[in-house]
Amino acid sequence: MYRYDEFDHGFVRARIAEFRDQVARRLSGELTEDEFKPLRLMNGVYLQLHAYMLRIAIPYGMLSSRQLRKLAHIGRAYDRDYGHFTTRQNLQFNWIKLEDMPAILDELAAVEMHAIQTSGNCIRNVTADHFAGAAADEVADPRPYAEILRQWSSLHPEFSFLPRKFKLAVTGAPNDRAAIQVHDIGLEVKRNEAGALGFAVWVGGGQGRTPMIAKKLRDFLPEKDLLAYCETILRVYNLEGRRDNKYKARIKILVHEMGEAKITQAVEAEFAQLSGTSLTLPAADVARIAAYFAPPDFATLPAISDSYEAAKRNDRAFARFAARNVHPHKIPGYGIVTISLKPIGAPPGDASAAQMEAIADLAERYSFDEIRVSHEQNLVLAHVRLDDVPAVHAGLERAGLATPNAGLVTDIIACPGMDYCSLATARSIPIAQRLSERFADLDRQHDVGDLKIKISGCINACGHHHVGHIGILGVDRRGEEFYQLTLGGSGDENCSIGEIVGRGFSSAKIVDAVETVVETYLGVRTSPAETFLQAYRRVGEAPFRDSLYVRADAD
Amino acid sequence: MSKPARPFHPTIATANALRSGAVVFRAPDGSWSRDLAAAAIAATPDAAATLLAEAMRDQDACKIVDPVLVEIQLDGAVIRPGSLREAIRAAGPTIAIPTDARA
Repeated sequence: MYRYDEFDHGFVRARIAEFRDQVARRLSGELTEDEFKPLRLMNGVYLQLHAYMLRIAIPYGMLSSRQLRKLAHIGRAYDRDYGHFTTRQNLQFNWIKLEDMPAILDELAAVEMHAIQTSGNCIRNVTADHFAGAAADEVADPRPYAEILRQWSSLHPEFSFLPRKFKLAVTGAPNDRAAIQVHDIGLEVKRNEAGALGFAVWVGGGQGRTPMIAKKLRDFLPEKDLLAYCETILRVYNLEGRRDNKYKARIKILVHEMGEAKITQAVEAEFAQLSGTSLTLPAADVARIAAYFAPPDFATLPAISDSYEAAKRNDRAFARFAARNVHPHKIPGYGIVTISLKPIGAPPGDASAAQMEAIADLAERYSFDEIRVSHEQNLVLAHVRLDDVPAVHAGLERAGLATPNAGLVTDIIACPGMDYCSLATARSIPIAQRLSERFADLDRQHDVGDLKIKISGCINACGHHHVGHIGILGVDRRGEEFYQLTLGGSGDENCSIGEIVGRGFSSAKIVDAVETVVETYLGVRTSPAETFLQAYRRVGEAPFRDSLYVRADAD
Repeated sequence: MSKPARPFHPTIATANALRSGAVVFRAPDGSWSRDLAAAAIAATPDAAATLLAEAMRDQDACKIVDPVLVEIQLDGAVIRPGSLREAIRAAGPTIAIPTDARA
């Protein structure tokens, strides 16, 4: 994985020194809250309902065991023994004291981490496919490009005061696990007919109060033009994006208002000026960064592992785990293991300090010392020998982390909601917990199959409800929590925004409503092989609306 | 025709402590308490305005951040939060916090 060079160490140390001074001046009263707020946000510090929250950047979701152990230590020493993995592959601590922030940032810097640009109107942490470098369907590893984008965007002077925040995601596989079409810029690494590497460039996607699917501005951008083209897009946005209304300030609104043809024209005209300048990526630099992500020292193994196959035959719990939480690896004899942070009835994405340490130990022993954070709030051991999966499973069981539900109905994304967040209008986590408990039966979950439920506690959509196969949006209706249901959303390569099928539901009724949707799906699917999303796209909303409203009203 | 004035409800001042960020309530003695039950109650609009002015002074004195007045309900002498959000602020998350004991 990438290691800081002297420049990285220097700028992180300088930034901590600057923020230490700013915190001291805030505590002494030299800075007012209005003066301090933009400064703390630039360092990932929010003030939430109960305390300060620190959002720590995990570039493209990649952690070493040492880094994860450090996060566990910070959780113990400065927080309440746990952390929360987010939908942008970051980690949040919810109970941090302002006066402790500089010391925590020192701790992070010691393991080459920071919290810079995890908030504010700047280019945020770059996200990527959590199976990068491992997935069998990968064309090329997206992480070197994500790292190049991280270096380019860190403290970029021209883009530190954008109209609004700006999010980039990169995938290296045609099966999009990074939700690139709902990002400000989404990049798909691909090869052209000549075999050269480049990118499909998607621009103007996003969720929030105005969900939009990105437009593809380039089907193939040559690799060398990555930074020049991204700089061009940012420049057009920085100049033309609206600053009069924060709700219309994201690039998706600019793309929508200008239209695809005009935004393409504006970007290409600017690109003509920048193309061939110093922003052109030298092949040697790409190779230098790519070397940090060179494949680990994989062993030559048979594609079939006898011990893995035997464990599947002999242990039903393990067979379920293998069926859902182990994905095909590009190297024979290896698998990708998803660690579900969705135990039945637990808050999605939370991990205790002891669990983080247990995972770090497993990663060190069985997966080349690295861990991934997925945008679906799970962790991943990307390179596990199939022979070792039973031992990893046993270790996860001891840590309470072996739930075999990856991609199933209880693998729910939920934002922190009103239990933590000062912006929330309703709670998210208790709904996720109740749904998890309702669908706890593993036979039923595995029968239902692939189904993504995503829950947001306000219109800002941090819980990605717009791209949930079943999306739930919590709102406040005259002082009561109320939940709007959307169906048919998807964040993958066949991206779609979920549709509202009718009026919302009270907190007491939303779980029943979701169960009605699931039962309706089971009734209309042509076979167990037809997933919820496939069935919904085939039959449309009518049968679901009918069972949710018409029949319910008649009862 | 102007809308009729909204009836006044008993009100308290709440904020977050500057150093820790913890939820705090302004007590009658001018201190800031973590305990909702210790909050000073303003029973009239004038008393509420005074309470807010005192809270703003405490913000200027770097004790607290983002002071606001929030309505409460009085159940006898017991203070009840006037909204779910304030109930969560006063009592903490409505969900169990992960513990190392589980692992």
